Amino acid sequence: MAPARAIVAGRLSAAHILAWGAVALLGGASLGVLALHRGETVSAAWLVAAALCTYALAYRFYSRFLANRVARLDPARPTPAMRHPDGLDYCPTHPVVLFGHHFAAIAGAGPLVGPVLAAQMGYLPGTLWILAGVVFAGAVQDFLILSFSVRRDGHSLGDMIRRELGPFAGTVAAVGVLAIMVILLAVLGLVVVKALANSPWGVFTIAATIPIALCMGLCCRFGGAHQVLEVSAVGVALLLAAIWAGGRVAADPAMAAWFTFPPRDLALMLIAYGFLASVLPVWLLLAPRDYLSTFLKIGTIAALAVGICVTLPDLRMPAITRFADGSGPVFSGALFPFLFITIACGSVSGFHALVSSGTTPKMLQNEAQARAIGYGAMLTESFVAIMALIAASVLQPGAYFAMNAPPAAVGSTVQAVAANVSSWGFAITPDDLTRLAHQVGESTILARAGGAQTLAVGMATIFSRVLGGGGTMAFWYHFAILFEALFILTTLDAGTRVARFMIQDFGGNFLAAFGRTDSLPANLAASGLAVCGWGFFLYQGVMDPLGGINTLWPLFGIANQMLAAIALTLCTVILFKLKRGRVAWVTCVPTAWLAVCTLTAGAEKMFSDVPAIGFLAHAAKYSAAAGDFQVLAPAKTIADMRQVVINDYVDVSLTALFMAVVSVMLVVGAAAAWRAATDPNVTAAEVPDEMRVLA
Amino acid sequence: MKCACWPELLRRTAETARLMLGVADYDAYVAHFVAVHPDATVLSREAFFRERLAARYRSGGLRCC
Repeated sequence: MAPARAIVAGRLSAAHILAWGAVALLGGASLGVLALHRGETVSAAWLVAAALCTYALAYRFYSRFLANRVARLDPARPTPAMRHPDGLDYCPTHPVVLFGHHFAAIAGAGPLVGPVLAAQMGYLPGTLWILAGVVFAGAVQDFLILSFSVRRDGHSLGDMIRRELGPFAGTVAAVGVLAIMVILLAVLGLVVVKALANSPWGVFTIAATIPIALCMGLCCRFGGAHQVLEVSAVGVALLLAAIWAGGRVAADPAMAAWFTFPPRDLALMLIAYGFLASVLPVWLLLAPRDYLSTFLKIGTIAALAVGICVTLPDLRMPAITRFADGSGPVFSGALFPFLFITIACGSVSGFHALVSSGTTPKMLQNEAQARAIGYGAMLTESFVAIMALIAASVLQPGAYFAMNAPPAAVGSTVQAVAANVSSWGFAITPDDLTRLAHQVGESTILARAGGAQTLAVGMATIFSRVLGGGGTMAFWYHFAILFEALFILTTLDAGTRVARFMIQDFGGNFLAAFGRTDSLPANLAASGLAVCGWGFFLYQGVMDPLGGINTLWPLFGIANQMLAAIALTLCTVILFKLKRGRVAWVTCVPTAWLAVCTLTAGAEKMFSDVPAIGFLAHAAKYSAAAGDFQVLAPAKTIADMRQVVINDYVDVSLTALFMAVVSVMLVVGAAAAWRAATDPNVTAAEVPDEMRVLA
Repeated sequence: MKCACWPELLRRTAETARLMLGVADYDAYVAHFVAVHPDATVLSREAFFRERLAARYRSGGLRCC
């Protein structure tokens, strides 16, 4: 441990204390301005400053503590890449290059959508949770899982749970991961459907990505695989051309009609597409679209950062709105616990535990770099969430609510929506809404809850200020929609494959033929099951009068935070097994917080008396109405009413499953931690220390 | 990355971009392979790319939401 001690022993010089004191002062002052400001608008500069100062302090002090005292990183200890390099999976990689790889793997649509939805409560609650969550939970999880995986030859989260917590816990966690996949894919599909409904421009550009990706796939396969970067560059250029062409298509009524679909049709097309895409060979469609979406994602995030830092727009959303009480139109439920599950990626995301124990630990050159890559990349992801929050908050609040409120609550004409939203205290005129729709090249912007459209309008507003003025807003809007939809389609495809492998893995225990991944019938059957799983929830969400996101996003949030709680429980157990119980509070505190949030939110989703929140109350309302032969929207017949009730019971079962999984894991984890604490020996399954290079 | 010379920076950027797509550095692979298994045949660029592509999606290709 000598090297680690030496680092800890380093004392801060007076100049350092002054400099870091100034950073702390600036961050504190910025947060103070954000919290106490009560004017019309406040500059986004305060939000950016508060976030960057928080990240700098957390990285410099907290992550250093984690690295030296908790994970006890040892630069002399060889990493998996050093111990058995194979030039393929295990290869020592330059830390900057690896940071890029890791960030590209953890960044996705999640940190962009969650904060946009949470903006209905005002920008302040979301900001505070994003900052506190990432410093004390999200980045801690990413960093520790990465470090522990490095000490275990790059084992995956599932393997580590099996080895440290036993096979039972491993199976429970695997069931949880499968359930998360299903709900995640459904919710992401819903985000795309909401963004593309009745939008010929959007549908045309997304449809164009399929032939573009197919051509790229064929080029890479038969025309020289090493040209992948060049092929991707051509693909991105073609995408930009497709956005331009989409504008032409939308402007021509005859052609626009071919690409205009209601939400229900889009959902069915997406389900069919998901099935086809996941059974095609990966090189044909999945891989090239993955390449496009990766570069578009990194490019968009960079452009958003530049746009926000150059324009420093004013936030027009109030710091806290009246909807913190739980009556909001975007998602139902009060600030506690629902804010903390709505913003998952960006503050803490269980999914990252799967990524941090994936390819990254096999490529670290040196253990000490885990700090910059694990903790640092998550801080960067958190900044993406802050930027999404800014993009949502630069919109006129009236426009934000008009876009995100379900028609069942505010009506479906611009006049009705403007009147209703204005009556909530967010003044907006029908003309404002019509003008905004026209500016972004759409016939309407109403009833598009799901975050994608709001973010796209916000990004278009910011980008058009930097580049090209108001005339380019429609282009930038569709650029943002394309980016999100492309990314989500790739996730649907890849996610369906992951779910398929998991289903085959489970099914193989009962029927060996079903578990064979190279068998076409087994492949088709398992893919079909996976698609039916998420397709069920997607269809249910599309038909939901409250917009679907309102009901389903919290379920996704619960699932994702639950996975984070499982990952942090594993970290806690490992710390006790390593006889580092004294510092185990770094994982115990966030685990406890996430457990409280997910279990409270789960209980409310099941048992709340408010039909908009509680599934059972909702089912009771529809059952009672059906008993009186009444038909409530969106149902059109008594049979539909029964279907609504069945959906509610499925949702209840899924919520109960999530709660059961997290409860079981907490109990198993607590028992394992107790056993480890009372055992005088180190019981963790690390690669032995003898492998250390004494150089 | 102390050396700010452009070719090096460009090479690193391309390496990062490729790794984001799951394609590890081919030159590093060849260097490693030749050093450790001098008698075996090194994968060609094409075969290496195909191997990496298959590896990325072997269990579906999991990334974050």
